Amino acid sequence: MGFSDTDWTAIWLTLRLASTVTVLLLLIGTPIAWWLAKSRSRWKGPVGALVAMPLVLPPSVLGFYLLLAMGPGGPIGQLTQALGLGILSFTFWGLVIASLFYSLPFVVQPIQNAIEALGERPLEVAATLRAGPWDRFFTVVVPQARPGFISAAILGFAHTVGEFGVILMIGGNIPGETRVVSVQIYDYVEMLEYDRAHWLAGAMLLFSFAVLLGLYLFRQRRSRAGIGVGA
Amino acid sequence: MRGIRLNLLLVLMGASLQVQAEQLTVAVASNFTAPMREIAGAFEGETDHRVRLVFGSSGKFYAQIRHGAPFEAFFSADRAKPEALEQAGLAVPGSRFTYAAGGLALWSGDGNLVRGGPGALERGDFNKLALANPRLAPYGAAAVQVLRKLGLEEGTRPHWVQGENIAQAYQFVASGNADLGFVALSQVSEGGHIDSGSAWEVPEDLHDPIRQDAVLLKRGVDSAAARALLRFVRSERAAAIIESYGYR
Repeated sequence: MGFSDTDWTAIWLTLRLASTVTVLLLLIGTPIAWWLAKSRSRWKGPVGALVAMPLVLPPSVLGFYLLLAMGPGGPIGQLTQALGLGILSFTFWGLVIASLFYSLPFVVQPIQNAIEALGERPLEVAATLRAGPWDRFFTVVVPQARPGFISAAILGFAHTVGEFGVILMIGGNIPGETRVVSVQIYDYVEMLEYDRAHWLAGAMLLFSFAVLLGLYLFRQRRSRAGIGVGA
Repeated sequence: MRGIRLNLLLVLMGASLQVQAEQLTVAVASNFTAPMREIAGAFEGETDHRVRLVFGSSGKFYAQIRHGAPFEAFFSADRAKPEALEQAGLAVPGSRFTYAAGGLALWSGDGNLVRGGPGALERGDFNKLALANPRLAPYGAAAVQVLRKLGLEEGTRPHWVQGENIAQAYQFVASGNADLGFVALSQVSEGGHIDSGSAWEVPEDLHDPIRQDAVLLKRGVDSAAARALLRFVRSERAAAIIESYGYR
């Protein structure tokens, strides 16, 4: 049987969404991770907790509040209307915003851990060599913390691909715009078209396994290499 | 003497039937939550049986029943699923019946947008039109029939946003994300009046009846309580409750 045309539309849309979100999250998440790793502010705890919240909140809660927030009376809705963008619920960019919240901890935490593991030393050394802050970041932090960035990108991408509850709440099931693979599978199951559901669900299963396996193999190799360099 | 003994036996049998209170578990489509609670309450008042109600999506209940879920009866949001269960040998043949027929309303949170007719749809002065997914939900399929009859299906399609069920279609409109939408009359009417915003009660001749069927499941075949409940749902008392919630 294979995939139908609508399946391919959903797959393409899902990949587009996950890629967009991953790129944006690396840009947004890195300064947050940096601040969380370095700051001694009393706000560190509350901000860290806020970032981690999507890990424990049910998607229905997140989706429900995002629906209200993106609506004409909500803070995000008022902002986007003021910017002339209209209401973002039921649009691709609405899903992007929702996914930014949803996948944030999966990107921030690996980067934060990597920066913390780096310690102050390399940066101090670089500073004595008169490297400016930006220079230090790009020539010391980024290469040294690279595994953290790669883990972050992989997890952010995979987690966005696996997103369902939030998208169901704010998406409106529009083909090519908000009907992602997980929603398509849900539709098939609800329509009792279990064969079609199997194809997509099986593909998702293989995809997640392959991604996580890749991540573990990558981490293993890194840690072995790390010990080698350390010794 | 013999006659007395027989009488005594009959009385005892009757008494034992009376005290044989059962606990039932019944799966109910979530759109029927409020009326079913009231019906079950009335049923428990009239009998000694206890009813445990489980609310959810009919599609999920169907899958669960196929895989051994412990329900004695199933109140679906459509006709297809009870029928399919009967064909699969999981429901008692001949026990199916329509317990409610839903009405459709075009509803907006804006008190002036829908003035008792489809004018807003024809003029196109709205951002999004919410409806239940026509492939999943009978209310969604009925909404599309209405649009087709009005010759507005293609014109409005780019503005459709689909909820997975009628509750979500309602949510899209209630939260203001969609200017208007097709919802269940039972969601927006209270005591025969539209309780907020503005609405058009869609005439029944614009769509096929939205019938919701119930069925006795194989698990409940020997349960006197399950049969009694299904009988009670067809009583006049239950009919009055069902109608008061905007079902036809």
